[in-house]
Amino acid sequence: MALYSEKVMEHFMNPRNVGIIEDADGVGEVGNAKCGDIMKMYLKIDDEVITDVKFETFGCASAIASSSMATELIKGQKLEDAMKLTNKAVAEALDGLPDYKMHCSVLAEEAIQAAIEDYKSKSGKTE
Amino acid sequence: MNIYADNAATTKISKAAAQAMTECMEEYPGNPSSLYSLGQRAKEKLEQSRAEIAALIGAEPREILFTSGGSEADNQALLSAAMIGKRKGKKHIISSAFEHHAILHTLKKLEKNGFEVTLLPVHENGIVRVDELEKAIREDTCLVTIMTANNEIGTIQPISEIGALCRERGVIFHTDAVQAVGHIPIDVRAQNIDMLSASAHKFRGPRGTGFLYFRKGIVLSNLIEGGAQERGKRAGTENLPGIVGMTTALRESIDGMDAANAHKAEIRDHLIEGLSQIPHSALNGDAEKRLSGNVNFSFEGIEGESLLILLDQRGISASSGSACTSGALDPSHVLLSIGRIHDVAHGSLRLSIGDDITTEQADHIIKSVKEVVEYLRSFSPVWRDLMTGKREFILK
Repeated sequence: MALYSEKVMEHFMNPRNVGIIEDADGVGEVGNAKCGDIMKMYLKIDDEVITDVKFETFGCASAIASSSMATELIKGQKLEDAMKLTNKAVAEALDGLPDYKMHCSVLAEEAIQAAIEDYKSKSGKTE
Repeated sequence: MNIYADNAATTKISKAAAQAMTECMEEYPGNPSSLYSLGQRAKEKLEQSRAEIAALIGAEPREILFTSGGSEADNQALLSAAMIGKRKGKKHIISSAFEHHAILHTLKKLEKNGFEVTLLPVHENGIVRVDELEKAIREDTCLVTIMTANNEIGTIQPISEIGALCRERGVIFHTDAVQAVGHIPIDVRAQNIDMLSASAHKFRGPRGTGFLYFRKGIVLSNLIEGGAQERGKRAGTENLPGIVGMTTALRESIDGMDAANAHKAEIRDHLIEGLSQIPHSALNGDAEKRLSGNVNFSFEGIEGESLLILLDQRGISASSGSACTSGALDPSHVLLSIGRIHDVAHGSLRLSIGDDITTEQADHIIKSVKEVVEYLRSFSPVWRDLMTGKREFILK
């Protein structure tokens, strides 16, 4: 049995939306180096729609695959929909993650939320 | 190109050992405990193996107990020495911070049962200091257990000096020599070793077989109760094919030891030189006093599991001390014990080479590791922070 699903391996080997956005409207970073996982998400937002998203990740294969999948899932989405993205949806889109790797999908969810919060606070839209 | 560089995890069984095992299964089907000739032939084979293993490490046949492997030998050695100590009112044990979990977890169990444990530091070079051991020995110390060579960073401990000191102070000395037997010379008499654990699959023998050497006069406590096998100290029908395979593999390893070590050390140093060219990397453990097959590096700004999977894609099987590779939260206790902080312990790589490694393969490893580290750093937020000065480099 392989450690990861083919989907995880595919996203790990060929991650989508890798990199940074210099003039991002929102940036979110979660995790820490001590635990071995850091995810950073960059969002470009136009009229409450995520027009572009990039990520950088320090972490294991499932952390990198989760970041990649999460960016694909929110690209082109309305902010309110992106806010609702759950870690479970990320894991399911990857055809599942091993139990002890579920926290990687949680980090992806949190990184997106942190980036959206950052955008809201910068644009004075914090509720 | 397929390169197996995880010989510290397990080795490929030698052809001669596998053949000896098959022959043993076919030609010695009897139970060594049976009195008819078929059983007695098997008994004879068992005792021949015991005598040969004993001779290969400078022991006597009755000082060898066959076990299921290194972990069982470690457990039985520690529990036996603790019981001997307890009977004399001595309940203090000295070990080191980077022992294998078979030792550390058994010590935890003994602590719960009223024993006091002192773990010696292993310093940046990954080597226990004999003067610190000397200071730690007390009137009530019943056991010193220090590994011969570390399984992750390959550093070789001053076993002869430790043995001499323990003998002088009347303390039982056990060594977990799982990574050392068959790889470096061992002579239990000359080195004053009272107990020693070994595992066959680390020297190209089969898995599920090992032995415990225990000096004459040391009374073992049982882990497994039942029949009278192993002079009543380890019940259960003996794994004769495994024992025969282990004996063949050990003889072969010791016969070829000098040539294998010369070759592996040359390739090891070539690997160390090549990997040192990667910026912000560091060799873990002493460069000289280490097993000829062990290379262990930390690379800043990356995580070990990703590194391993990408190396696997390039045909290289290796290992890492990253938490993600073990399912634990913390990275390797060995890397932490030599002062590597979490951030860089996660980004470690262990290559443990066998004697069939070629220079061409080593060059492929160096090239692959360089490429993979560079690739992972290219989208690591930690690396970006290091490069932009937001975070300070730990490995200069």
